[in-house]
Amino acid sequence: MTDLNTLKYSEEHEWVAADGATVTIGITDFAADALGDIVFVELPEVGTDLTRGDVFGEAESTKSVSELYSPVTGKVVEINDAVVDDPALVNSSPFEDAWLIKVEIAEGALDGLLDRDGYVAITEG
Amino acid sequence: MTEQLEPQGDSPRYTPLRERHEALGATFTDFGGWQMPVRYTSDLAEHRAVREAAGIFDISHMAEFTVRGASAAAYLDFALAGRLSAMTVGKAKYSLLLTADGGIVDDVIVYRLADDDFLVISNAGNRDAVREALTARVEGFDVTVEDVSDAYGLIAVQGPVSEAILAATDAITDVSVPWAEQKYYAWASATFNGKPLLLARTGYTGEDGFELLVDAADAASLWDALVAAGAEHGLVAAGLAARDSLRLEAGMPLYGNELSREIRPAQAGLGRVVVADKDDFVGKGAHVPADDARVLVGLTAEGRRAGRAGYPVVLADGTVVGEITSGALSPTLGHPIAMAYVDPSAAAEGTELFLDVRGTKIPATRTALPFYRRKK
Repeated sequence: MTDLNTLKYSEEHEWVAADGATVTIGITDFAADALGDIVFVELPEVGTDLTRGDVFGEAESTKSVSELYSPVTGKVVEINDAVVDDPALVNSSPFEDAWLIKVEIAEGALDGLLDRDGYVAITEG
Repeated sequence: MTEQLEPQGDSPRYTPLRERHEALGATFTDFGGWQMPVRYTSDLAEHRAVREAAGIFDISHMAEFTVRGASAAAYLDFALAGRLSAMTVGKAKYSLLLTADGGIVDDVIVYRLADDDFLVISNAGNRDAVREALTARVEGFDVTVEDVSDAYGLIAVQGPVSEAILAATDAITDVSVPWAEQKYYAWASATFNGKPLLLARTGYTGEDGFELLVDAADAASLWDALVAAGAEHGLVAAGLAARDSLRLEAGMPLYGNELSREIRPAQAGLGRVVVADKDDFVGKGAHVPADDARVLVGLTAEGRRAGRAGYPVVLADGTVVGEITSGALSPTLGHPIAMAYVDPSAAAEGTELFLDVRGTKIPATRTALPFYRRKK
């Protein structure tokens, strides 16, 4: 089980797991709950260059569509086909099975992201 | 037991079942000034439960009107689009309330309780407009129309095991027609808590099911009795989100999406609801749409991106020929479905149509409604 305290977060409800030069990105349980049953996830192509704040994909639920915003600047090196095949994973396992993309980052790419307490504070606001 | 709040200006209303929804952790949404449960757990789980077992819905926000008097039948022939006078006692009938211009004020279901006694159930959002129209149209008829909406709760049980659940609800007694003999679009009377209960074999999901009209004060008790009886049959509480995806699969129009004052019945495929050769009725002579009026079509697409209400329907060259009024990824069918109004020229067989889904053109195929039909 991922320790949520080890993750970084964006204000757009993405989580970031850092592992050296590559980070793993997904959306939080808060975002998944707000969307409802997720029925479609669109992810970028491997090799895509992202700047923090860029839209990197879409998560569509029965009722609405949400754009996914990149919390970091870097290059997409892997995408999670399992989520594309079974979007419901985002609801059932937002922090584990439903990771969305892995991004190769440069030094300092995580600066400015929220820690766990900071993120929880905005969800309660 | 929660009483219905008196409306105070713009504050929202709750039905007598509010506490039941809150206890189940429902998410509420505003619907026509009412706070209604949109989902309890998951839209998809609730939708599937209705298709596979049964769902219980609170639809107490809907409006009910009694229509009574020696001229009640003749009055309804005038006030509504259909020939209600031809209904036999014991039946229910879908009809439309039209404007003088032939546009649609609401779609309703009429129940004939006796020769001179009818009940009209209309949509919550149109309650005031329907009351106004029905009241104005009594002129010259021996009939009394009364808005009795606040006196009643309305609960729907929909799904293949609905009949078994109702039959297993011991607190529903004195059922006037044996369960298995109750026909679709007919009603039976029963007793609950010592008071009359109306059982209608009608619904808005495309499954077998019942709508139960109960005294407002007994609505919560009836909900409890149904939930208890339904537990071993897989009955789940289902909200408005599931209700919407179910009726879309069943090809049923939603007022505000497919129906409005700007739409004439035949555009929505409801031309047969209007009995044009009645002597006189509101909308007579005005109800036929113009030749170039858009028509409602069903559309299906491949993949998983659904076209949604408001998205354009276009030709290969990008020409806009219509607009989606309702659309979703069908939980039962697994592909996108939509209802859309399109130009008659684009509705012709063989025309290549596309849904413009947020800038991407997705090929769509014209499909006869309904998208889903239950197994008999």
